[in-house]
Amino acid sequence: MKKAILAMGCALAVAIPALADQPTVQVQPPDLHGSRPLEKLTESAVIRDYLESWEKLSAALDQNHVDLLNSDFLGTAREKLAATIATQAKIGIHTHYQDLSHNLQIVFYSPEGQSIQMVDAVEYDVQVFDHDKLMATQHVKARYVVVLTPAEVRWKIRVFQAEPQA
Amino acid sequence: MIAKKAGRLLGIALALAPLAGAQNSNMTVPATIEAGSAFSIPTTGSGQGVLYIVGPAQALRRDVQLGVAVQFAAGDLYNAGHYVALLVEGSSTDTAQFDVTPKSQPDTLSFFAEPSRVPVGLHNGISGTVYAFDTYHNLITSPLSVSFQLAGISGTPLARTVTTRDGVAWTAIDSASKQGSAKFIVQANGITTTRVIAEVPGDPCGLTISAHPDGQNLTVETAPIHDCSGNPIPDGTVVTFTESYNGMQSTVDVPVKQDVARVDMPAHPGATISVASGVVAGNEIRWGGGR
Repeated sequence: MKKAILAMGCALAVAIPALADQPTVQVQPPDLHGSRPLEKLTESAVIRDYLESWEKLSAALDQNHVDLLNSDFLGTAREKLAATIATQAKIGIHTHYQDLSHNLQIVFYSPEGQSIQMVDAVEYDVQVFDHDKLMATQHVKARYVVVLTPAEVRWKIRVFQAEPQA
Repeated sequence: MIAKKAGRLLGIALALAPLAGAQNSNMTVPATIEAGSAFSIPTTGSGQGVLYIVGPAQALRRDVQLGVAVQFAAGDLYNAGHYVALLVEGSSTDTAQFDVTPKSQPDTLSFFAEPSRVPVGLHNGISGTVYAFDTYHNLITSPLSVSFQLAGISGTPLARTVTTRDGVAWTAIDSASKQGSAKFIVQANGITTTRVIAEVPGDPCGLTISAHPDGQNLTVETAPIHDCSGNPIPDGTVVTFTESYNGMQSTVDVPVKQDVARVDMPAHPGATISVASGVVAGNEIRWGGGR
């Protein structure tokens, strides 16, 4: 369980210091450009669910276990991650992702309330194993564009895509 | 002191030497690659190696001949994202990172239009949100011009052009003044997606009733019911008649049929009869026995 998200929606970004092997999380004020107003409780839930999804992502890619994605990903995001896991299993590798920091900002909430878009300037370490032999560890900085939609009891990730940092 | 420092530097040098010596193969990776396009990764060195390309979005592994460019055909690497490349030869590993970017031409517009039924004449009553995806279902995050159009059964279509931001564009449009099916169309670079919106009459406007005797009863009926834009209220809309007399009250719900709701109620002298439909209240009449 990631650390609690505090004091979102305030005028300044909020930084939460890292505990052992937990990422630091910064939350910028939403930049919605006139779309649907965002309640603080909704914002907290979206960010909480998104951060938890990184744990599932890491476990799924580490264990090559597709079912670990089910609680947090759906649609295109799940299909692509599942395909990656299938390929990893086929070629005999697995990968361990450890997220180190997130800098989050919600940038869109659709008028009908069916989707929320967030950007995340994330830093993580990725370790690549070939048949359990560590081949390399890389430190990565990336900007993720994420689209989440409400499911039965939580927000699930429908689009999870990194793009070049500006 | 100097000897001690030199010894420490020598120790560091010896520690680094095996790594540096093992680095006998290299690769040159493009900084960005468009999704699905062919590309190559030139390598140096000799002998056999293994090239891994790894990211959450896709993974590849190739046995490679060092010193030769590794060729990737169109469609080999197609999911947008950030990737790590590893070139491994024995104990030597060369690493690089790069991005795969979405194609700029949309292939699919994921279009959410709400609501599917909307009262006529509602300001910003219809909203549309569109996400643009390329052939490989990558979200096109570069700005893209998107046009929204709401075309009803009459009048000039309402049109808006919006530029996507991080792959999404949205708009809100007034519903038309006339009832009927409207086509809500979104278009970008020749790709079109349509949703049908039912524009239905709004609440009744100027709801009035009249009464006339029919034996021991009163026949109470509404004038033809329309919304404020003149659209007839659909059959089946419930109209509620309430009769109050001597501290008693009786209520009857009647569906509209051919623009009118009609009901027979007991003709109690001095009774007050009122009418309402949904949140709209109509006039009230008092039955005086002969009036």
